[in-house]
Amino acid sequence: MNFSEVFKLSSLLCKFSPDGKYLASCVQYRLVVRDANTLQIRQLYTCLDQIQHIEWSADSLFILCALYKRGLVQVWSLEQPEWHCKIDEGSAGLVASCWSPDGRHILNTTEFHLRITVWSLCTKSVSYIKYPKACQQGITFTRDGRYLALAERRDCKDYVSILVCSDWQLLRHFDTDTQDLAGIEWAPNGCVLAAWDSCLEYKILLYSLDGRLLSTFCAYEWSLGIKSVAWSPSSQFLAVGSYDGKVRILNHVTWKMITEFGHPATINNPKITLKPAPDRANPRIGIGALAFSPDSCFLATRSDSVPTAVWIWDIQKLRLLAALEQLSAVRCFQWDPRQARLAICTGGSKVYLWSPAGCVSVQVPGEGDFQVLSLCWHLSGDSLALLSKDHFCLCFLETEQGVGTAFGQRGDHT
Amino acid sequence: MGDWMTVTDPESKYISQYTSETKMSPSSLYSQQVLCSSIPLSKNVHSFFSAFCTEENIEQSISYLDQELTTFGFPSLYEESKGKETKRELNIVAVLNCMNELLVLQRKNLLAQENVETQNLKLGSDMDHLQNCYAKLKEQLETSRREMIGLQERDRQLQCKNRNLHQLLKNEKDEVQKLQNIIASRATQYNHDMKRKEREYNKLKERLHQLVMNKKDKKIAMEVLNYVGRADGKRGSWRTGKTEARNEDEMYKILLNDYEYRQKQILMENAELKKVLQQMKKEMISLLSPQKQKPRERADDSTGTVISDIEEDAGELSRESMWDLSCETVREQLTNSIRKQWRILKSHVEKLDNQVSKVHVEGFNDEDVISRQDHEQETEKLELEIQQCKEMIKTQQQLLQQQLATACDDDTTSLLRDCYLLEEKERLKEEWSLFKEQKKNFEKERRSFTEAAIRLGLERKAFEEERASWLKQQFLNMTTFDHQNSENVKLLSAFSGSSDRDNPTVHSRPRQKKPHGAPSGSPVCMSKLTKSLPASPSTSDFCQTRSCVSEHSSISVLNTTPEESKPNQVGRECTNQKWSVASRPDSQEGGYSGRSSTYANSHVEKDDLP
Repeated sequence: MNFSEVFKLSSLLCKFSPDGKYLASCVQYRLVVRDANTLQIRQLYTCLDQIQHIEWSADSLFILCALYKRGLVQVWSLEQPEWHCKIDEGSAGLVASCWSPDGRHILNTTEFHLRITVWSLCTKSVSYIKYPKACQQGITFTRDGRYLALAERRDCKDYVSILVCSDWQLLRHFDTDTQDLAGIEWAPNGCVLAAWDSCLEYKILLYSLDGRLLSTFCAYEWSLGIKSVAWSPSSQFLAVGSYDGKVRILNHVTWKMITEFGHPATINNPKITLKPAPDRANPRIGIGALAFSPDSCFLATRSDSVPTAVWIWDIQKLRLLAALEQLSAVRCFQWDPRQARLAICTGGSKVYLWSPAGCVSVQVPGEGDFQVLSLCWHLSGDSLALLSKDHFCLCFLETEQGVGTAFGQRGDHT
Repeated sequence: MGDWMTVTDPESKYISQYTSETKMSPSSLYSQQVLCSSIPLSKNVHSFFSAFCTEENIEQSISYLDQELTTFGFPSLYEESKGKETKRELNIVAVLNCMNELLVLQRKNLLAQENVETQNLKLGSDMDHLQNCYAKLKEQLETSRREMIGLQERDRQLQCKNRNLHQLLKNEKDEVQKLQNIIASRATQYNHDMKRKEREYNKLKERLHQLVMNKKDKKIAMEVLNYVGRADGKRGSWRTGKTEARNEDEMYKILLNDYEYRQKQILMENAELKKVLQQMKKEMISLLSPQKQKPRERADDSTGTVISDIEEDAGELSRESMWDLSCETVREQLTNSIRKQWRILKSHVEKLDNQVSKVHVEGFNDEDVISRQDHEQETEKLELEIQQCKEMIKTQQQLLQQQLATACDDDTTSLLRDCYLLEEKERLKEEWSLFKEQKKNFEKERRSFTEAAIRLGLERKAFEEERASWLKQQFLNMTTFDHQNSENVKLLSAFSGSSDRDNPTVHSRPRQKKPHGAPSGSPVCMSKLTKSLPASPSTSDFCQTRSCVSEHSSISVLNTTPEESKPNQVGRECTNQKWSVASRPDSQEGGYSGRSSTYANSHVEKDDLP
């Protein structure tokens, strides 16, 4: 395992390009594009103000930098460094900005979620989408980039619009039977859309691509409901994490629950468990994070009532495979995009890697403390970017043979 | 005696005193009084004696005594008086008698007194005992009463508690229901309020939106150096109805593709599972039938049922393979047949378990159980045979393919040349299909034949040697027929590896088959083969052996004298019918070698008797 030099970073803005060739990072108002392997600076762009959000286009040719405070979006081209584009929302303000899957349109969400403006880089046209819903996950694109599902709210009712991305035509528009739609997400196969209600009611609805309601799932009433949702990459399973500390797996054939995974606090040291304040909103209980491995064989979960533990479930056998307990709260974990390997960081200076063969923990070298707050994998799974508050560094993982020897016993405690 | 006398006297006086005053006192009182009175009497015995009778009052005392005694029924103390006035003389004898009587009486009384006293004591102790018992029982009764009261009290308390708890539970349930109602009502209230606020918010948003739009802000714009081409290089298209329809079509296509893909996956999975089930069923059947045959061989009549079961299942198999779709009836048939086989297998395994336990208990004397070494030997033998058969089948297949290839080429070239000879084409096709069917049949038969042949080849070898030795003997003793060659009849056991399920087992009765040429189908080797010597002369011996093949008889036919021909012919016919292919081991008789080469022949050749 090799570590690169430490470079400056701000706001944890560090992203690999989708084709894996470049790494974009932000330092205040500058955007630095480096080569993903050598970390040599390829391009350097300067924006007008501090950057809050960066995003690569799907074809890795453009990067957008969103400056929310100024209501600006600046787009840079990698092929033509002198090309520039600036989108100014003016008094409408800007709260969110993202690319369309074809890499030629930018969707800006204005302040107060008044509207979504679709700016085209190809033509002069501008489209407006009214009444977008202000929720956790209101915009979702299919994996093949054909369709966009958008959550809307009109007259105190929730709706979902399905638009064709090629010409922004409205394909389907239907209402959802939810009190307060909290999020929508396409299945990886692009044929099923999951929509779930806010935590006041446990309800998740499954819609087909043509807008038909396929199924509804409700595990219990009254108590706080769904906290997190994840599709398996094969689209066979839908994992629903809720505030009662359980993950329920639904299968794609009947959309019924096939199993539920509990996260009891008893196996852990009770001293470490945080006691949530019962009379506050958004309590720190329940399953806050869910992620499937790329082969759909494993599911990693984190229960917010025991934030120091990551639970790994074997989906083939539908049982717990490992519970990794850390010394401090787990901040972020992410699966390797190619194989079943999980990287975990807790805010300390160590990175933890788990695979079915075993666990390993690596100390980030360097003078001073490198507090790993977040991480992201390169698409090939060969390297891992570790982000701290002011810096980032790259961790190059050895080839499979090397990694195999690096893994020791299957230790659960680090 | 003196004491006695001194004691009795005062007593008697007392007695008389007492009795004169009280006529008939009760015995107890009497005895008590006597007891009481006896003590003070003993003190002043002497004084008392002198008190009653003194020197002066002898006559008076005598008369007094006399009176008393006569009143008691004693005879008078005086002699019989002669006259009234003369003094009556004391009758000493009477006095003595009276004294004696009185003594006897006294003794009796004492005895009676003793008895009464003992009885009194007894009764007293009984009384005491009874009183104690009574006291104890009274105590027990008291304690049990108290206990009962205590338990009743506890029971009452517990019932109270129970009632309280029930009440509490009911209260809790009511509270829960109330709270749920409260929650529901609050929820509706909040929803209502939320909606109201949201409407207000929407109004604000609309207002703001209007303001924003109205401002005609020049600043809301996009500055771009130059427009970028589309990702796919094409031009943008106008939004028309056609494009709408096209989008719809594409969406439906995507959905349909997904459904088709999923259905394919499910069908594949179904087919695989069905295959697995069918294979399981076949294996179960194969597992069960050789073992089923073994115990049933003892009873010939039951083999019929075994065959019918296997046939039934084989028939089902073929039916199922034909309808390889998810037909309801086919599915049911499959599951039913599997269940049936499974039940049979289970019962069989249980039987085996019982047998095993019996063997362990009783020792190794069960016929059905083969010893391990025998079993292993048999399996080795069978493996060898299988190897040989496989090799043979390969060579045969090659030959067959060659033939087919040549036929195919001929077909195609003829078609090419004479493309308008459709009729011929059709005919050729029909013949071809016929040929294929025949080939299949021949294959089956061949397989069975080869297996049996191989086995017999081995036997034959061994038998050859024996025959040689026997022939020597025969030549030496030409005239004497050794009819009792029972030692040459060997039993080969457990050729149970015959995997030919398609053909039913046939017990070929050589006697019955004598006149006929071809047998029904292809007789399959049974689990017991018997070798019989050709000259096994008592035809009874020969015919009784159940064998489909007795090749050795044919060998000997060619060599032996005509006298033995008759029994031999029978055996020979069997062999002729049996097989076409067998890689005969060397040293064959001339007649035989001719037969061994052909493979797909079901011809029956009859040897000429020498």
